[in-house]
Amino acid sequence: MIHLTELFGLLTVFVLAIFVGFEVISKVPTTLHTPLMSATNAIHGVVLVGAIAIVADVFHARSTLLFTVLAIAATTLGAINVFGGFAVTERMLQMFKKREVAKK
Amino acid sequence: MSATGSLIFVDLAGILAFAFFILGLHYLSSPATARYGNRIAMVGMLFALVAILVSTHAAGWWAILIGVALGAVVGVFSALKVKMTAMPQMVALFNGAGGGAAMLISTIEYFVTWSGEHAAGPPAGLGWIVVVSLVLSAIIGSLSFAGSIVAFLKLQELMTGRPVTYPGQQVVNAAVALLIVAMGGWLIVMQGVLPEWVYVTMLCGALVLGVLFVLPIGGADMPVVISLLNSFTGVAVAITGFELDNDLLIISGSLVGASGTLLTILMGKAMNRPLTNVLFGAFGAAGGTEIAAAGGPQQIRSTTVDDVAVMLAYANQVIVIPGYGMAVAQAQHSVRELADQLEKRGVTVKYAIHPVAGRMPGHMNVLLAEANVPYNQLYDMDDVNPEFPRTDVALVIGANDVVNPAARTVASSPIYGMPILNADQAANIVVLKRSMRSGFAGIENPLFENPKCALLFGDAKATVDALVAAVKAV
Repeated sequence: MIHLTELFGLLTVFVLAIFVGFEVISKVPTTLHTPLMSATNAIHGVVLVGAIAIVADVFHARSTLLFTVLAIAATTLGAINVFGGFAVTERMLQMFKKREVAKK
Repeated sequence: MSATGSLIFVDLAGILAFAFFILGLHYLSSPATARYGNRIAMVGMLFALVAILVSTHAAGWWAILIGVALGAVVGVFSALKVKMTAMPQMVALFNGAGGGAAMLISTIEYFVTWSGEHAAGPPAGLGWIVVVSLVLSAIIGSLSFAGSIVAFLKLQELMTGRPVTYPGQQVVNAAVALLIVAMGGWLIVMQGVLPEWVYVTMLCGALVLGVLFVLPIGGADMPVVISLLNSFTGVAVAITGFELDNDLLIISGSLVGASGTLLTILMGKAMNRPLTNVLFGAFGAAGGTEIAAAGGPQQIRSTTVDDVAVMLAYANQVIVIPGYGMAVAQAQHSVRELADQLEKRGVTVKYAIHPVAGRMPGHMNVLLAEANVPYNQLYDMDDVNPEFPRTDVALVIGANDVVNPAARTVASSPIYGMPILNADQAANIVVLKRSMRSGFAGIENPLFENPKCALLFGDAKATVDALVAAVKAV
């Protein structure tokens, strides 16, 4: 169980990360909106970390087959998000290869 | 419950992971360093995964292996196979997967901790922080999951891309939302000590609301919705972090939640559509009919490939306005060939890129880059608009709404106020179209009635190929 002092620690992190999120992409050219959206999409695939943690919880609790299957499904979905997200972003960005030289 | 971990290694890897995510996003905001940024974020993800495997001692490793392997194969395979035109819906699906994962995590957490830890003793409740975050991440994750799937179906044209509306829609949505709030609130107040159906009802309600909320939004607004759902998933992941007491999830999730929200606003601005309009405006349902009714059947002039070829060959400057239709027909390579032929004859060719050409901001640049169109021939709207009065032919290929003068003049039009490409100022306008169907936004285009405008019907690729042959023959 999380205690109140700990909660404030987590909330601080939460608020700071929000500001960083706004700051870091505030000056993005339109051209990069789509790849950037795709990359942030891949980054929230970090939910896979949570899914792996939950698999561990299910195994510690010696839970039923149903929850084992659900936990595997959660890792599958998380992995689709991570791997698919990064791969599709990489493909989009390959199109920018020649741009570096030809930039006006 | 998996604690943050006593191992210094685990903490360190977590810190490296989010540092790399932030650096990656930073590099992704400039075209020159964007690829580098994506790779850095990948490395960050690797650190995150290693850290969690170490801290949980890979309990249930075979289940993790099955899940991750399956997801990696499906994800990478579909990412590499998807056509570049279908990219937006691919992103929607990946986003839905993330939301679905958050939903499942909360559901498992609820039922397993419930039956596992508390079954023996008297019901002690889940604790405020866990129950609040569990309820919120389940709701937001389900919304994002269901909404993303509808967005995918709409863009893939597996269901109508038109807004789906019915009388009392807002009332139905409000009722479902109220049901979710009631069930969620009850769960929080009782700290989760309730019969199972309460949680299940809340979850189903959230899934239904996710569907209902995207249904009335037209295909043209879908990119904005995907971006919004993307930030939803980010928020769901951050809240999952509170539930599991995991800093990394909180940081990465809120990072994406914030940057996703900002991106959504930026996209909305590029289309001149405030977010509230997108979500509640039922774009494309109204407006179009009014204009059509006022003007009667449109008076249009169609032309032939040979006429257009001559017009192009003897022009001084041609501006190509590519749209989604060009991309769907896979005509970008043919268009480039046409431009090469014209340049051989001394014609200046420029490409005018509207900020929302394609299905997403920046989509068209990607598609043209795929066809090796030189970057210095691509012009942003603000740079190219003053060029139109000096241009002999504006060649509109599969674009519609981005050249619709109704955006300037018809106050009742849904796209009124959206900045457009001033194709109507060119000496001649040639529009390549598949049929007389209106654009993706479902609005009539008065440009086609302009006396300077001629329409060339047919598949974009076949027509452009014919043009290439005809220009060679001139």
